[in-house]
Amino acid sequence: MAHHEPQVVVLPPNKEKIKKLWRVALILLVVTMIEFIIAFTLPHGPAKTSLFVFLTIVKAGYIVGEFMHLKYEVKVLFWSVLIPMIFIIWMLVAFVYEGTKIVTI
Amino acid sequence: MSQTTAAVSPGKSVWDGGTSPMGVSYGKLMMWFFLMSDAFTFSGLLITYGLVRSSNPAFVGPVQDFFFATTHWPIPEKVYDAIPFVHGIELPLVFVGFMTFVLIMSSVTMVLAVEAGHRMDRQAVEKWMLWTILGGLTFLSCQAWEWTHFIIGSGDGTATSEVVNGQWVQRIIQGANLHENQYGPPAFADFFFFITGFHGFHVFSGVLFNWLIYYNAATGVYDRRGHYEMVEKVGLYWHFVDLVWVFVFTFFYLV
Repeated sequence: MAHHEPQVVVLPPNKEKIKKLWRVALILLVVTMIEFIIAFTLPHGPAKTSLFVFLTIVKAGYIVGEFMHLKYEVKVLFWSVLIPMIFIIWMLVAFVYEGTKIVTI
Repeated sequence: MSQTTAAVSPGKSVWDGGTSPMGVSYGKLMMWFFLMSDAFTFSGLLITYGLVRSSNPAFVGPVQDFFFATTHWPIPEKVYDAIPFVHGIELPLVFVGFMTFVLIMSSVTMVLAVEAGHRMDRQAVEKWMLWTILGGLTFLSCQAWEWTHFIIGSGDGTATSEVVNGQWVQRIIQGANLHENQYGPPAFADFFFFITGFHGFHVFSGVLFNWLIYYNAATGVYDRRGHYEMVEKVGLYWHFVDLVWVFVFTFFYLV
């Protein structure tokens, strides 16, 4: 019967940190709304696509940096995760470029 | 000999053990590397979508004149313009926008659960994990509806001509499957099923993991362990699922 629950010290909520998290959430929602508005107001074209890509990277930055806490990790970890993403950018550019060539042949 | 061994005294370098070389625990580091490999998988799917889309003919002309045909790639906002319980009203991308909202909100509740875990606040962890699970289930329900709507199809379908027994025959395609669809070339529906399906499966497993974390927190496993790091690890996975959706939303629905 000598079963003891461990003594746990509960700290009070970090108000400043929580406020910051909600602010990031607000930014993400606002950027999504901006994307939504752009989708129906600007004409289709490379400029619109670039704008979408830019806003998506902004959102990805906030999610990975703040929510996943990568911005505050050790530099080695930060770059170990980020540098390999170069391969994705290269793959994207190469594949979409090749795709436009397939249609012209 | 003894001098050389003394020059490199054990325990001085970060790689000699006892410390975490990258400032995070082994489990968290491996979660990061798993997520990187998962990012490559999703990039493979999305980039192939880009390749096939740019190699298919696009619709030429103003957006309001757009019509569905199997010969040109559809404009996404024309495909996804329905919401549940309302028939006949075109609300392009509104439902997908709502799904994005749900997933971002569940990401916020997840990060609040992680914050509560840092403070050893079991009750707050339980509360925020339940909100996160609810968000995940809402997203999955929305996706189930969207898939159903996509598969059954809408409107009068799309006419296509094909040769049957040496004669050209007109036929109506209604709805979508892996073989053909009323919205555009067969590859369009294939990519829809594979990309949103693969992401949806990630959400599904994420909900299971979240449930496990909730259960362990509620039964006091992490209190006994002395830390709530598992909440952080599963949190990383859940945020990644949200991150992927941000890219799917842009490259599949917006562009």
